[in-house]
Amino acid sequence: MSNTPAELKYAKSHEWVKKLPDGTLLIGITDHAQAALGDLVFVETPKVGRKLAANEACCVVESVKAASDVYAPVAGTVTETNTKLGENPELVNDAPYEGGWLWKLQPDKLADVDGLLDADSYIASIA
Amino acid sequence: MAHASNTANVATALPSPLNPAEPLIFEVSRAGRSASAQRPIGLPEIRLSAKFRRQVAPGLPQVSELQAVRHFTRLSKLNFSIDTHFYPLGSCTMKYNPRACNTLAMLPQFLGRHPLAPETNSQGFLACMYELQEMLKDVTGMAGVSLTPMAGAQGEFAGVAMIRAYHRARNDLARTEILVPDAAHGTNPATATMLGMTVREIPTDAEGDVDLDKLAAVVGPQTAGIMLTNPSTLGVFERNIARIAKLVHEAGGLLYYDGANLNAILGEVRPGDMGFDVIHMNLHKTFSTPHGGGGPGAGAVGVSQRLLPFMPIPVVGKAGEGSGSSYRWLDEKDLPQTIGRLSAFMGNAGVLLRAYVYARLLGREGMHRVAEFATLNANYLQARLRDLGFDLAYPKRRATHEFIVTLKRQKQEIDLTATDIAKRLLDYGYHAPTVYFPLLVPECLLIEPTETEDKETLDAFVAALCAIWEEAKRDIAFVKGAPYKMPVRRLDDVRAARQLDIRYVAGTGVSAL
Repeated sequence: MSNTPAELKYAKSHEWVKKLPDGTLLIGITDHAQAALGDLVFVETPKVGRKLAANEACCVVESVKAASDVYAPVAGTVTETNTKLGENPELVNDAPYEGGWLWKLQPDKLADVDGLLDADSYIASIA
Repeated sequence: MAHASNTANVATALPSPLNPAEPLIFEVSRAGRSASAQRPIGLPEIRLSAKFRRQVAPGLPQVSELQAVRHFTRLSKLNFSIDTHFYPLGSCTMKYNPRACNTLAMLPQFLGRHPLAPETNSQGFLACMYELQEMLKDVTGMAGVSLTPMAGAQGEFAGVAMIRAYHRARNDLARTEILVPDAAHGTNPATATMLGMTVREIPTDAEGDVDLDKLAAVVGPQTAGIMLTNPSTLGVFERNIARIAKLVHEAGGLLYYDGANLNAILGEVRPGDMGFDVIHMNLHKTFSTPHGGGGPGAGAVGVSQRLLPFMPIPVVGKAGEGSGSSYRWLDEKDLPQTIGRLSAFMGNAGVLLRAYVYARLLGREGMHRVAEFATLNANYLQARLRDLGFDLAYPKRRATHEFIVTLKRQKQEIDLTATDIAKRLLDYGYHAPTVYFPLLVPECLLIEPTETEDKETLDAFVAALCAIWEEAKRDIAFVKGAPYKMPVRRLDDVRAARQLDIRYVAGTGVSAL
């Protein structure tokens, strides 16, 4: 059974979103997603400063099986990316909700986050 | 960056006096050793300025002739090939390549022909190529064929380049979007991107067809075309193809047929009749030319009437009929709107000749039998595996020439994965099916037996799959350790990808980046 923390919000396309105290969002892929992908060997994060539309493909995670797109759960601007993933893509597998985060986003509208799935709905969507 | 050992990444089977590992030929190299029969008698004078001459001798292995012969002969015995093993690699159509095709394509009159020889000295070769064009037109229902693309990927490139050229010639410049179903081969979006198009993904419905509502919602004046594989990579025939063609054509877009799965329909239904405007054919699949390790392939393209002016050159043209007829290359002068040349000459001549001989051997009658036996074999295998308890990805659908087994349940219940089965199959003497493709289906095996296998082989393969499942129920750790009989054991593919280290520095015993 994969881990789906109750305090996070989720997109159907398997991203999680965490509200940070400074009003930005931390974004990554779920435990379910990393398990389905298998061991990651490469992560390409979006460039800092890039403006993203909701559901825009902006990040690539590559495992030995496949390369998959990661989508922006809500619209906004990339403010920071997880540079550790360049050398250590396995962080996404080992700690998808902690050290394996992908990028930080300044959302256009913070309220957009409320439209995402809660943990129970996400669990239902992957059952 | 240098690593201490080039073998550290590889979990090798322990070599023993009874089971010696085959070393790299560099590892048996001894300074000064050579094939005495091949040793030059006095070196010729080299008339090359000193600054262009290398200062250090190349790091070639120094071995005896017999050492070289035995090394490469032993390596060749380690191969899994269609001549030695059942090879149900889905989507790749690993069918038998008849020896007759090789023999005839290697007639000295063909082999000795120089690509720059004048047309008058190449009439026989040109006649073969012209007839191949005609046969491919006939069997696909297209108006014209160009044989020049050197591989499937180049055929795709040529196809989308023609779509782009068509819209540009009409000054319809807003058409920059290519639609690609999510089940497509990754080459489709890659091709569209290479040509500066924007890719838009179309979802697939629960039974494996393109989602028509989603398609209808996204076609429009920006649509350059759609790239479809039919039968799709899911091993099912796209039932809505006529409606898809109508939708896309009415929006002003064109239809591209990815010929990856042409084997399933050869001689039965024709892409041209389904409404496709351009098609690429992987001659190395459907027309049984050898699959090389990356080449040489052949990706002939067929086009509908409206794309004829844009075909890649050269194309073979014919003047006159009967004994007075002659053949010549058609080039820029004949096709001024062509997308141009894709190679120095005209594609891989030897591969095209093999395809020509194959098509002639089959005849129109035989082409039907290709598709009929390919689908019969796939449906037989599918039915047997279903009856033995394996889960099909699309249980309601008939297989085309291939089908998908999903091990989602086995993964959940006993942690048996597609990789585990693939690795253990090697011990049983089978090349693995395609695994983890299409990406839509979890833990999948994409199985394509092809038409050239007999029932006994298919039954033995089914028995092997069942035996592996039983082994896994008893002792999953054992199956996860497979293969056991191969020269190397389970490789650490994750580490190999993360620490890609593929260069061997001769003479040092060390690999380096």
